[in-house]
Amino acid sequence: MTADLLGAMRAVFVRELLVFWRRSTEVMTALVFFVIVTTLFPLAIGPERRELMLVAPGVLWVAALLATTLSLNHLFASDYQDGSLEQMLMSPYPLSAMVFSKIAAHWVLTGLPLALLSPLLAIQMALPMKAIGTLVGSLLLGTPTLTLIGAVPAALTLGVRGGGVLVSLLVLPLYTPVLIFGAEAVAASAGQGFASVAHLSLLGAFLALALSFAPWASSAALRVSLD
Amino acid sequence: MGEFSSLACVTRLIKLIHKYGAPKRFYELAGTLVPWLAALTAVLMVVGLYLGLFWAPRDYQQGNAYRIMFVHVPNAWMSMMAYVAMAVFAAAGYIWNMRLADILAKVTAPLGASFTLTALVTGSLWGKPMWGTYWVWDARLTSELILFFLYVGYMALQASIDDARRAAHASAILAIVGAVNIPIIHYSVYWWHTLHQPASLTLTNQPKIYISMLIPLILMSLAFTLFYVTMLCVRARSEILWRERNADWVRKLVGSRT
Repeated sequence: MTADLLGAMRAVFVRELLVFWRRSTEVMTALVFFVIVTTLFPLAIGPERRELMLVAPGVLWVAALLATTLSLNHLFASDYQDGSLEQMLMSPYPLSAMVFSKIAAHWVLTGLPLALLSPLLAIQMALPMKAIGTLVGSLLLGTPTLTLIGAVPAALTLGVRGGGVLVSLLVLPLYTPVLIFGAEAVAASAGQGFASVAHLSLLGAFLALALSFAPWASSAALRVSLD
Repeated sequence: MGEFSSLACVTRLIKLIHKYGAPKRFYELAGTLVPWLAALTAVLMVVGLYLGLFWAPRDYQQGNAYRIMFVHVPNAWMSMMAYVAMAVFAAAGYIWNMRLADILAKVTAPLGASFTLTALVTGSLWGKPMWGTYWVWDARLTSELILFFLYVGYMALQASIDDARRAAHASAILAIVGAVNIPIIHYSVYWWHTLHQPASLTLTNQPKIYISMLIPLILMSLAFTLFYVTMLCVRARSEILWRERNADWVRKLVGSRT
């Protein structure tokens, strides 16, 4: 049974990657959004390197957070429309395991490239070199938490009027702790505060909590939406 | 033996909930309670305000400006209590499929949001003479603002789903997730604040509160708690009428009035 379950989870994971890969524009949208939003800030604030460096951790983290929020709509929507979600619900395996696979695949295609792309934008924003490692690390720890938490509102708003904007309204207040410690970790290693280890540890703790709570909550939410 | 008696106790409780948990029975019960609750709320509020505004002494540092505390603190307190109540009602409705709990959770949300908004507004009015500005990114103000956003999200989700049962269950999950998150948000904001700057200007740093200031504060807290219970009954009654508008007893009730 365990082997079967792992096999099913792997099958869902591979399928998700394949589906997202074939609809790569949707994946790219979030990344391009991340790049463009970050580019807007120097235009609005001015090209002064010292000022950019001061706001860089916050700007990069807010942009990453908004890009993740934007991509949440693709997490369940197409599977909801074509009925695949109902098939998953009827399969003999726990729905939360299937949801976990979906979330993992979604993160691999949105959060991971976002974290890998961030050093380029960090250089644009005049973030000191020593802080770039922390930026990538904090995004690698933080974006999976964002996707996990975001899966719950994404599941709740399936087939609901104005679902897209509603997701952001529901999810952004829940994102504040991750934002605080993510941006603070980067700012700390850019030399504006304490050491960043404490912040990164807290981000790790949030990830552990979200891993244990979110797949279960979002599968409960899916059951309500598919009812 | 003890297990058996506690089981009997739970069964009894469930029977009691079933008796008054039926929307019709609750409608009648709340109808008889509302005038008493409203009267008690009014008396407590008048006495509390009088004592707070006239009887309590001037603060030697803050002058008369501190008196806004008698409205601010009860509202801040109720804003958090209402969220807890909402999450508990929502969870009960979700787990046991209780329609009354769904209704109570739904009508708590706008009440909680208005408590939160009042706490924010009175807080910044107090902040102007004390801090010299209407808004400071104080840890408490910030977490109160995020609490307000959580209420708004809950109400938006409720409003965008037409089917009452689905709306109740979906928003129940949101309320529970929010309730798990609130302590995390609160401590995150608190730590964020203390990392940025020392907490030099908070309400807690006032000198120890005098008994003559404490009595009106307690009275006002009681008054606002009762105000919440009263409004909960009033709003739940109208929500019940709306949901049961096709039931015989509502038709009779409305017919007998017109």
